[in-house]
Amino acid sequence: MIRFIFKGLLRDRHRSALPIVVVVTGVFLTVFLQCWMTGILGDLVDFNARFTTGHVKVMTKAYSERIEQTPNDLALVGTTALTASLEKEFPDMEWIQRIRFGGLVDAPDAQGETRSQGPAVGWGIDLLSGDSKEAERMNIRKSIVRGTLPAKSGEVLISDDFATKLNVVPGDQITLLGSTMYGSMTVYNFKVSGTVKFGSGALDRGALIADLHDVQLALDMPDAASEILGYFKTDVYDKELAAASVTRFMNTSDPNDNYAPVMMSLRDQNGLSSMVDYMDIVSAIFIMIFVTAMSLVLWNAGLLGGLRRYGEVGVRLAVGESKGHVYWSMVMESVLIGLIGSVFGTAMGLLLSFWLQKHGIDASAFMKNASMMLPSVFRASVTPESFYIGFIPGLFATVIGTALAGAGIYKRKTAQLFKELE
Amino acid sequence: MMKKLLIFLALVPVLLTAQNPSAEKILEQIDRNMASKSRVLTATMVVHAERGSRTMEMKIWSEGDKKSFTEYLSPARDKGTKMLKLDDQLWMFSPSADRIIQISGHMLRQSVMGSDLSYEDMMDDRKLTDIYNAAVIGPDNVDSRPCWVLELRAKTDDVAYYMRKMWIDQERNTPIKEEWYAKAGKLLKQTTLSEVKKIEGRWFPTKMIYKDMLKTGAGTEFIINEIKFDSPIPESVFSKASLR
Repeated sequence: MIRFIFKGLLRDRHRSALPIVVVVTGVFLTVFLQCWMTGILGDLVDFNARFTTGHVKVMTKAYSERIEQTPNDLALVGTTALTASLEKEFPDMEWIQRIRFGGLVDAPDAQGETRSQGPAVGWGIDLLSGDSKEAERMNIRKSIVRGTLPAKSGEVLISDDFATKLNVVPGDQITLLGSTMYGSMTVYNFKVSGTVKFGSGALDRGALIADLHDVQLALDMPDAASEILGYFKTDVYDKELAAASVTRFMNTSDPNDNYAPVMMSLRDQNGLSSMVDYMDIVSAIFIMIFVTAMSLVLWNAGLLGGLRRYGEVGVRLAVGESKGHVYWSMVMESVLIGLIGSVFGTAMGLLLSFWLQKHGIDASAFMKNASMMLPSVFRASVTPESFYIGFIPGLFATVIGTALAGAGIYKRKTAQLFKELE
Repeated sequence: MMKKLLIFLALVPVLLTAQNPSAEKILEQIDRNMASKSRVLTATMVVHAERGSRTMEMKIWSEGDKKSFTEYLSPARDKGTKMLKLDDQLWMFSPSADRIIQISGHMLRQSVMGSDLSYEDMMDDRKLTDIYNAAVIGPDNVDSRPCWVLELRAKTDDVAYYMRKMWIDQERNTPIKEEWYAKAGKLLKQTTLSEVKKIEGRWFPTKMIYKDMLKTGAGTEFIINEIKFDSPIPESVFSKASLR
């Protein structure tokens, strides 16, 4: 039966071509939209996790309350012991120390006096210990425009735009002017080993990345850090597991001590919780509306297909085919059309999505002045859901449409059929 | 009787005005006390931050309101750090980095050595009467000392604080309390001046406590240990060469 119907579809292109094109188009758009929305949301969360929030973050209570000022006078102390304790208590996560700081970067002239200067946003991260994954996590190696990663103490990376503004090149000396953990002034010389471009306006304006130990020396923060970030060893953010870790950690934290370490999950930082929830809802509504609209279109296509073949059904009934057989053959036909259309549409949607997952769309030109931590290259993301979501409008809506239109077959009267044929 | 009462009522505003000296006169008297051709002083600055206090010692040479040179004497980390102010320019020398760095732009709003004072506060030595319209808003008492309360509102846009309130000791003509406000009316900084001593024939406060209201911590104490007025300072002190 299926083979017969399939042959019929192949041989009578008038009957199959348009419905298949409509189904392919609808399914393609549905799959692509789902991948695109998932990709943008995922990128946003991932970007924030890698650069600022971690999957969870430990800092002092006082620091967490004024985190936007990166107040290093309120930083964690005794971080070696604290990190060791976190590694023991939460072995499913990798724990890393970071120092975030602000300051002024000054480039000297030949006499050692100020030639150019500009405000910098700095990161002290573990770059020089052999087993550190920080350079990979922050995608630094791939972001290098000129020069190399710092290979020894005293070397630093700065953003390429910042280097251009200061008129410095790899090999030049720069001076960081900032505040120590105890509020004193610090003036510390670095050698620029390379320049980087992350593709985020907020980072590319004035980023400075140095080894954690150098920054500890510069800011007088021995065995101290602004924050300790935890990343799941699977590299995937697990909302429930992160929340459970936070609850477990906070049970041991003293709420009355301003310098007691507190833990926050990714969702609790940078307003990501409300933003992720909002985007989740918006994207779900958007996809639902789209799937519903596509379902209606394809349902209608099924209905129209049924009505268009009014004459054919009449002839088939007139020559003695049973109503049930005609009906089920039409439903089977729509199942085949839906399946073929959904498979092709999903394949096309996935192909484009895979391409955009790899290459992305560069929106940096529109984000030069963005102050939020946003990636400037937006990518699609193919998820297991992407492989079946297109079948909802593609297969089910088409079949239901045909099934409803086909119900009219049972209302046809034999006497009228002959009259119609005349 | 009625006539006398009417005359008295008519004279009340005149009498009240006569009791309050003009703001300009008060500011002139303050200038006579506080301003000098030159000053050489050693001071101790104690910054009370949230995590503890830091003490710094420094020597300051200044001439008029345009030239100033500061050398930090302790602690070891800051020893040898020097700052030179000439007109509206500020340079800093750090012995650890062996660099002379110009402090400009938004950096001027940053805190000086983690204190409650910004470079801008330190730099702005213009005469108050040049940049503010002053008015006496009434008498008050601070620490049992009668004083005049002056309200100063900015004449120009290039001032760090749109409005200032000053409590001036009526007897000694020295400020004993100041409040610095933003244009929106928010209190930004508060200063109390105490331990007023008679030095070289003038009353001078030797202890100031600055409090940046936007910062945590208990403020910054600035204690003058020794001060000399109008003693000659070699011109070479106020040059970039003396920074190194």
